[in-house]
Amino acid sequence: MATGRIEIDFERCKACELCVPVCPKNCIEMGKEINRQGYTAAVFARPDDCTGCALCAETCPDVCIRVWR
Amino acid sequence: MKQVFDRPRTLLDARFHYCPGCHHGTIHRIIAETLDRMELRENTIGIAPVGCAVMLYDYMDIDILEAPHGRAPALATGIKRSLPDRVVFTYQGDGDLASIGMGEIVHAANRGENITVVFVNNTTYGMTGGQMAPTTLLGQKTTTSPFGRDFRTEGYPIRMAELLAGLEGVAYSTRVTVSSPAHIRKAKEAIRKGFEMQLKGMGFSIIEVLSTCPTNWGMKPLDAQKRVLGEMAEYFPLGVFKERKQADFA
Ligand SMILES: Cc1ncc(C[n+]2csc(CCOP(=O)(O)OP(=O)(O)O)c2C)c(N)n1
Ligand code: SF4
Repeated sequence: MATGRIEIDFERCKACELCVPVCPKNCIEMGKEINRQGYTAAVFARPDDCTGCALCAETCPDVCIRVWR
Repeated sequence: MKQVFDRPRTLLDARFHYCPGCHHGTIHRIIAETLDRMELRENTIGIAPVGCAVMLYDYMDIDILEAPHGRAPALATGIKRSLPDRVVFTYQGDGDLASIGMGEIVHAANRGENITVVFVNNTTYGMTGGQMAPTTLLGQKTTTSPFGRDFRTEGYPIRMAELLAGLEGVAYSTRVTVSSPAHIRKAKEAIRKGFEMQLKGMGFSIIEVLSTCPTNWGMKPLDAQKRVLGEMAEYFPLGVFKERKQADFA
């Protein structure tokens, strides 16, 4: 059971990938869909494992991630 | 569940124009977070540089003035002296601060101006296409050092935090990075301390932030972060180089 939840702003993401390795639970991966800026935004692929630790949000240079816990 | 992370109030909703993975965005956010936490938003005036962060005023919900290249410390001096109750900070790149603005920064620091400087060292001129900066590492290839920086012709990379720490007017000088969540936490702490020193009237504070320029380094953002924690932090050691205690201050 997930004890946390994130939301990634699809249109704001620039696909820099910095959030992917920083998640200790491997919840985030790069998506395939292209946003309006032309980037394949990151997606919250494994929500069940999220603890809401917010390391991804701390890392995102574009402040695309919001976190609940 | 309750929300534990959101955009800081001081950060406007605008999308950053920075390249993917560029740390300018992270540094903006932690300044905004610190201003929120210290409840300084209504009382702070920022000075934007010439460089990639030139449009800082589009991103923060505070008063921001734009200085000519390298002159942010001079502008900050005038503002702080005429409005001493405001918190005044400059945000400057390494081309801006350590090259064309070397005179301004050294004299503002030496005068002990009661301002805070956030110095973003990404070892290159980002905005103009990746020319060599005074901070470019030896051997680093840039558009103006295509064979790598050579000390025999271009001298050595300048360690600004250490250089300024040697000046009597400086209250606080530190070097941090934002290349991991733990480093981001320390960087926030350093920025808070810089503002606190200013609030106490203790003099000049500088927070040097080792940053990335994935575009001009020709690196993926993740590799660029590794470079910061590797060869950059090796030459530009992280740490506090000067911290004036209240008691030392007459
Ligand atoms: C007086 C003057 N000289 C030169 C320039 C050209 N110029 C614009 S930005 C820049 C360098 C910016 O590099 P840095 O301060 O390292 O910031 P970054 O873009 O890497 O964040 C230069 C030389 C200018 N705008 N004004
Ligand atoms: S050119 Fe470099 S410093 Fe400028 S926005 Fe791009 S990555 Fe950042």
